[in-house]
Amino acid sequence: MCALLRAVDVHFSYGTSPVLRDVSIEVPDGGFAGILGPNGSGKTTLLKVLSGTVTPRAGTLTMDGRDIRRMPRAALARRMAVVPQETHLAFDYSVLEVVLMGRYPHLGTFQIEGPNDIAIARRALAATGTSLLEHRQFATLSGGEKQRVVIASALAQVTGDNGTAGSYLLLDEPTAALDLAYQIEIAALLRDLQQRIPITILVSTHDLNFAAGVCTSLVLLSEGRVLATGPTDVVLTRSNILDLYGVEADVRRHDDAGRLVVVPIARAARGAPG
Amino acid sequence: MRSIRQRILIVSAGFGGLAAASIVLAPLVGSTTIDLARALDRSVPFSENTDAQILFIARLPRTLAGAMVGGALASAGVVFQGLLRNPLATPFTLGVSAGAALGAMLAITFGWTFGWLGIPAIPAASFAGSISAVTIVYGLARARHGGLSTNVLLLAGVTLNAFFSALILFVQFLADFTDLYRMLRWLVGDLDVASYQPLATALPLLLVSLAVFAWLARPLNLLSLGPDAAHTHGIDVRQAQRAAFFSASLATGAAVSIAGPIGFVGIVVPHLVRLLVGADHRVVLPASVLFGAAFLVCCDVVGRTLIAPVEIPVGVITAIIGGPFFLWLLLRRG
Repeated sequence: MCALLRAVDVHFSYGTSPVLRDVSIEVPDGGFAGILGPNGSGKTTLLKVLSGTVTPRAGTLTMDGRDIRRMPRAALARRMAVVPQETHLAFDYSVLEVVLMGRYPHLGTFQIEGPNDIAIARRALAATGTSLLEHRQFATLSGGEKQRVVIASALAQVTGDNGTAGSYLLLDEPTAALDLAYQIEIAALLRDLQQRIPITILVSTHDLNFAAGVCTSLVLLSEGRVLATGPTDVVLTRSNILDLYGVEADVRRHDDAGRLVVVPIARAARGAPG
Repeated sequence: MRSIRQRILIVSAGFGGLAAASIVLAPLVGSTTIDLARALDRSVPFSENTDAQILFIARLPRTLAGAMVGGALASAGVVFQGLLRNPLATPFTLGVSAGAALGAMLAITFGWTFGWLGIPAIPAASFAGSISAVTIVYGLARARHGGLSTNVLLLAGVTLNAFFSALILFVQFLADFTDLYRMLRWLVGDLDVASYQPLATALPLLLVSLAVFAWLARPLNLLSLGPDAAHTHGIDVRQAQRAAFFSASLATGAAVSIAGPIGFVGIVVPHLVRLLVGADHRVVLPASVLFGAAFLVCCDVVGRTLIAPVEIPVGVITAIIGGPFFLWLLLRRG
């Protein structure tokens, strides 16, 4: 059966202020999906709902047709890993220790990581180009290096007997805290991972060009509602961007980049939502 | 690189040797020189054998108390630091010791003499005080937040510490001079237990805490990523936080009921251990229990011998070592 992550009619509110209203999305196996929207549109909350970190007020969440909230924690964690926007550790762990933390849901209560877990961690480090950082202290890395190591940890987490097949990687604004060079580096890494290994990636982002560069399908989220959903080439249009951000923009295919490029022109006149 | 199992064994053996050596040697050191051969000579009746009396009635229980209290406070410090994700937290940050102190002060002021299950009034009142403090802090944290928000826990703990300190001042203000002196001695922290009974009472409580700590070692590693990340790694965050809070509070309450609130062990030892062995709680926790035991036993030897025959309470020694260490730690982090 084809893996499928699905949310139907999800409502969520912090206190009395609604954050997600009637949100339904489907993330099919093997894709690279994006949740695109301005700050405060509910992107991060939607990722937290999908990963079971917060419980929605209403709606259903399923993975391969099974209710996510009824799945054992460890079983869900073996299929789905989350990469937060930024990771700060309370204590000085080494890079290898951070990646091995991903093996937690694969081990019994008092079980200690074995050679197999260390091999999986080293493969994940290699896949993210961070093998040379293995013995460094995590706290001493740059922002981009930290993000790569956390992605490696997430890969180690969802690697089972069948590799990463049927697994999900959820990334919350993976480039928001990074400068331009690191943004491009992380985008290239994610694209490369998704093409080389069987894994489904879901990112939240407010960055139109990042979304255009990596995502094959998009969910546009505006004030907690789904504005549009579909393949990137179809939904990333001038009028949708105007509705989403209240910004006039030019959307065109860039020959060198080989993808859509969004050039923001001006903030739309009053009356447009934003 | 060594495997984690090897690291745990090597580190435990190393610090275990240190703890064992200090426990064996400490009773032999003191203001009165004792003859070990005579102390262990079974042919002399115990009532006539002063060496044996000093060794087995004064020094050995005191050394064992130091080992138990040191190990408990150091490992409770590690767990509180992991729970609060704050390397500067101590076993006393959340008000356990303030509650214990208030209980002990009340017992001294009112001259309570009743015991509870054979436990004398002051340790019993101190333990009851720490249980009330823990209950109040937990209730506050739960009421303000569904889970155990570390910020709310910290705020509740700091507030309760301040409030209990005010109550302690009030009780002290009403006390007479003799009681006031006893209160001061209690608050400084001292290992002069003079019997095995308080140790036997506290031991089961400490063993329960240590068993929970062993289970907590891996969840605490994941919690240092933050509660949300720990959750997406498959950890039951609330359960782990609750277990950490209650087990570390239990160990602290038991230790404080034996020896009063001996400061700085719970922060100096965990930091030294982390500098030596890294951050993995599966290595840090056993190392802290053993090194904490050795550290406090050695501090007490210093206190007993520095200006002998006057004995300096061990709480003064740890504070003199701990104060500057704490400052160094702050400056190093900044």
